[in-house]
Amino acid sequence: MAVLIDRNTRLIVQGLTGKEGTFHAKQAAAYGTKVVGGVTPGKGGITHEGWPVFNTVADAVRETGANATVIFVPPPFAADAVMEAADAGVPLAVCITEGIPTLDMMRALTVVRSGRTRLIGPNCPGLITAGQGKAGIIPGHICQEGRVGVVSKSGTLTYEAIHQLTKLGLGQTTCIGIGGDPLIGTSFIDALTLFAADPATEAVVMIGEIGGTAEEEAAAYIKQNFKKPVVGFIAGQTAPPGRRMGHAGAIISGGKGTAAEKMAALSEAGVHVVKSPADLGAAVKNALH
Amino acid sequence: MKIHEYQAKAILARHGVPVPKGEVITSAAEAADAAKRLGGGTVVVKAQIHAGGRGKGGGVKVVKGADEAVSAASKMLGMRLVTYQTGPSGQVVQRVLVEQGLKIKRELYLGLVLDRSTERPVLMVSPEGGVEIEKVAEETPDRIFKEHIYPGIGLSAFQTRKLAFALGLEGQQIGQAAKFMTAVYDAFVATDASLIEINPLIVTDEGGLLALDAKMNFDDNALYRHPEIKDLRDLSEEEPLEVEASKYSLNYIKLDGTIGCMVNGAGLAMATMDIIKLAGGEPANFLDVGGGANAEQIKNAFRILMSDKNVKAVLINIFGGILRCDVLAEGVIAAVKDLGVPVPIVIRMEGTNVEKGKQMLRESGLNFTTADTMSEAAERVVALAN
Repeated sequence: MAVLIDRNTRLIVQGLTGKEGTFHAKQAAAYGTKVVGGVTPGKGGITHEGWPVFNTVADAVRETGANATVIFVPPPFAADAVMEAADAGVPLAVCITEGIPTLDMMRALTVVRSGRTRLIGPNCPGLITAGQGKAGIIPGHICQEGRVGVVSKSGTLTYEAIHQLTKLGLGQTTCIGIGGDPLIGTSFIDALTLFAADPATEAVVMIGEIGGTAEEEAAAYIKQNFKKPVVGFIAGQTAPPGRRMGHAGAIISGGKGTAAEKMAALSEAGVHVVKSPADLGAAVKNALH
Repeated sequence: MKIHEYQAKAILARHGVPVPKGEVITSAAEAADAAKRLGGGTVVVKAQIHAGGRGKGGGVKVVKGADEAVSAASKMLGMRLVTYQTGPSGQVVQRVLVEQGLKIKRELYLGLVLDRSTERPVLMVSPEGGVEIEKVAEETPDRIFKEHIYPGIGLSAFQTRKLAFALGLEGQQIGQAAKFMTAVYDAFVATDASLIEINPLIVTDEGGLLALDAKMNFDDNALYRHPEIKDLRDLSEEEPLEVEASKYSLNYIKLDGTIGCMVNGAGLAMATMDIIKLAGGEPANFLDVGGGANAEQIKNAFRILMSDKNVKAVLINIFGGILRCDVLAEGVIAAVKDLGVPVPIVIRMEGTNVEKGKQMLRESGLNFTTADTMSEAAERVVALAN
């Protein structure tokens, strides 16, 4: 068992013929994911690296039976690609692109929210179910089939958590990078809700960062509804206020969105909060014993 | 991206927001003509820097006539204005805005930002203008009124009325406020703003509404489609090293500590700062070299790090996912050989081809300290910096 993606997922790649799209389509296929085709407007009908290319997402879905799409489309066109995926009714859309204008994403989300598509990202590393399949850029070889779900706003910190879980023999079920933008498709709460219903997931690592209130909202949800152990880390404990720390969403504004507030809310909700990201794996091990 | 008050007012005025008459000047002598053109009566001289809190620092003066305007402008131009937002070193004033003096009856607040939770822009107003809105939110949150805006529909007339009545406006002011708010929203959407703040929004003795102060920030991700706004960037308001780093697409933020950090990924870069602090040190910077850092990028990153004279040691923390550790090691060795980095370097890397990368560092003949875990790396670099 796992969430969102497994060995039966049929994945297409929007932006397949681009450099990133091609590289990561091959990586996903090498990991065992069923990559069934791609979309590049104007290149429909060609075959790229053995995969059929379509002009529209709707065509690709009709011809390949795809039920997931991963989006490697440049920022000016990525929100449109998200809307196209939602319009075609693809159940899972994963947008890797960083740098999408916020107002574009706001409009795209109104389309996503009115349909049946679950969007992961944007500005995220995507997701992977250990040993089964992946959509995005999380390196497969650091994962190991196991017991822990991972949900994170950050890419490389997700890899850190995965690596520690693998080294300790705990392994992972599904790892979800939800992204560091102010507007994202899937929240911590959405991911936790999925993990709650997954019997294979025995514990969850949750990695947040400064900015916004998603971590506080997750804390309230965990306190009320989430029974499995959660280990949390918040990046940016030393970040200066008013500065955007790399991610578009990572900013303390008007004194709000600090790591201290988020850590306090999570601790209060019963989350095992670690101060150092080096302690994530060990904390999960403790929580499971 | 931030811009100056006078620039924000010009943009808002183009979208129909009423603003006071004014002129921006760069030399004190120009203040005389500016004051005369504004009628020769009371004028307000305002220092133009990006930071807020200018009034308390002596950056806003109400004066009478041309001579006083010149004297106020000459005191302001070139001064280092220190406010709660500039830090102790302050910011040099290079331009001042000379504006018509107005008779103020009421000071209100208006702000427009994106609300992440509802995924919509939220228009906020308060009768408590002229003070920090964070303070109002803290002490009297019931004095702030909000309307969330449907992206596909825009600001509706009923929403402007709700807010106008909440502000205690009456008569013709309700219509004026509706126009004012709609114009602000139009400017927000048209320019891909991330924040518009008008504080205070004033009601004059004659009953008119004007934006007495204005602040606009823009979404960096959307600047590619607004070249006219990108042109308003004032590099003199930014930290020189950050400007330099941005030329190489390096995400660098200067801090006050002694340990330089070079990391891939924004989250890991923040976490690296945190772990240095936990080990008893102070980070000198935030630096995300990105996922595809090549030898050239690493060299540029070192050059930026070493330009900060406070740096006593460097911590490189890389998780090689797509980026391979051997490629990273090659880049670091080349950069250090080329630049002759004079401070100790601690490297912690993990991930793809890590053993090969570590071997290359060991055999390079250079004096690197390696560490297997983040905590170990942080402890070593803190010890070396002290």
